[in-house]
Amino acid sequence: MARSVTPRRKLLNTTAAWAIGLLIFFPILWTILTSFKTEAQAIAAPPIFLGFDWTLENYRVVLERSDYARFLWNSIIIAGLSTLIGVAIAVPAAWSMAFVPSKRTKDILLWMLSTKMLPAVGVLYPIYLLFIQLGLLDSRAGLVVVLMLINLPIIVWMLYTYFKEIPGEILEAARMDGATLPQELLYVLTPMAIPGIASTMLLNFILAWNEAFWTLNLTAVNAAPLTAFIASYSSPEGLFFAKLSAASTMAIAPILILGWFSQKQLVRGLTFGAVK
Amino acid sequence: MGQIQLKQVTKSFGDVQVIPPLDLTIHDGEFTVFVGPSGCGKSTLLRLIAGLEDISSGHIEIDGKDATDLVPAKRGLAMVFQSYALYPHMSVRKNIAFPLRMAKMDPAEIDRRVNAAAEVLNLAAYIDRRPGQLSGGQRQRVAIGRAIVREPSAFLFDEPLSNLDAALRVGMRMEISELHKKLKTTMVYVTHDQVEAMTMADKIVVLQAGVIEQVGSPLDLYRRPRNTFVAGFIGSPKMNLIGGEEAAKHDAATIGIRPEHIDVVESGGMWQGTVGVAEHLGSDTFFHIHNTGLTETITVRAIGDINLTHGDTIHLNPRMHELHRFDAQGLRID
Repeated sequence: MARSVTPRRKLLNTTAAWAIGLLIFFPILWTILTSFKTEAQAIAAPPIFLGFDWTLENYRVVLERSDYARFLWNSIIIAGLSTLIGVAIAVPAAWSMAFVPSKRTKDILLWMLSTKMLPAVGVLYPIYLLFIQLGLLDSRAGLVVVLMLINLPIIVWMLYTYFKEIPGEILEAARMDGATLPQELLYVLTPMAIPGIASTMLLNFILAWNEAFWTLNLTAVNAAPLTAFIASYSSPEGLFFAKLSAASTMAIAPILILGWFSQKQLVRGLTFGAVK
Repeated sequence: MGQIQLKQVTKSFGDVQVIPPLDLTIHDGEFTVFVGPSGCGKSTLLRLIAGLEDISSGHIEIDGKDATDLVPAKRGLAMVFQSYALYPHMSVRKNIAFPLRMAKMDPAEIDRRVNAAAEVLNLAAYIDRRPGQLSGGQRQRVAIGRAIVREPSAFLFDEPLSNLDAALRVGMRMEISELHKKLKTTMVYVTHDQVEAMTMADKIVVLQAGVIEQVGSPLDLYRRPRNTFVAGFIGSPKMNLIGGEEAAKHDAATIGIRPEHIDVVESGGMWQGTVGVAEHLGSDTFFHIHNTGLTETITVRAIGDINLTHGDTIHLNPRMHELHRFDAQGLRID
């Protein structure tokens, strides 16, 4: 039976939810607002909320000073490719753990997750040296590999959880029907797991897009994505909050729009299996 | 052709041997039912034949050829699963066509076979629906359709009716029997329901703890159960198994008498007791009788409606020529 909720309580809950939502969103909102202020207004005390002279000057300067399109392109390539390659590796991995588990499967899953418990800076030095040796510094290929690897545990975990929900008998039926292993993955498992795979890819794309530690440390010019673009405005030359905000807004806009349009998918994917 | 032979087949999961060495021959065209209580290894045995599980030792031959190391698809067998195992993202047509697509069959031939199967199974009206839009019985028919289009040398059924409601189950039971008569293909059918086994099988294999207790035709098993396990498992209601003094009178450790082989008489029967529960079905009456001095409860099935209820005294006469005798090991004495 549904729990009865009084209208008063409903109003209270809704208000609280909106308040928390706005609180979380406020920094982003403030960044966007600041990007339309002049530098003086941006650092005015007390801060001005809406009553300032709206200007596009910051965007003009930022676009003039740096090649936004190149950063954007790098972000798309790095986030996109690392996601695609990650999923291509994770689907078979998650398949084997979900459908032909061994005694050690749980340990492997936990071990993979444990790599996420190590602070990234802990392995910066070896990876940096490796990058120098392999000539991968400031290359998109190098970043694709690193971002794919650091997000792989999450992709495998998520896919593993989705695959666990798929009855093994259906895959056995495919085997009886003559499907080879690649056909079983391609024609039966993947289409059934599309919602799960899609939300995994989406989340991974967002994580890779926003990844700053590795992109800042391993790139300079050629492979620098939008995170580096933002960072280039928090320069020691002086405080340019408005321009920094404009750069930030331009950097997060694509992913924000993507997230907005796919929010249904994301929510469904992330709560998949929780309610059944 | 569809002869299946198991030679000294064993299966262990880790240290646990679920199937001790086992020999069995299933002849071409036979409807064989594996029956036994849950956990007796009947489904495992079917999965070994299908190739979904590897055997631990021994050989499996299909049509005289060693199939022990063949992958499931190469064994020429089709399987119908308990959960139907339909592909939820495909229409009925695509589900049925899937094995043919995997075999890279000519699209025109695929169409022809799918339509023929849909015709036989009354699926034509739902051919473009997805499994989610079908009822349990329809899904079961799609699963069977997917099996028959391949024209396999044998069908394997793993408790295919246990997800259906009682009325549908009886209907599907008949459909599968009829299908067997029509196709004359070997069928191996797993169930825990001895009524299904009795009504459908040419040959029943009774299993307990991975061991074959008896193989025979339904009436063989009914008339001449090899041991007390088979005696108790085949037949409904269960055979009355009586030990002690009463059995000793017949030079046996246990005697068995089926509920339908005990007559209710007005007075002076060989046995008497008190009616515990009387189930009046109209056509029959089942009595569960206490205080006979023989065993806890005696079950009797009487034809027609007999007006006795809880607490009444009842007089019984077992038909002596229908009595089964078993020795101390539980084996039949002839």
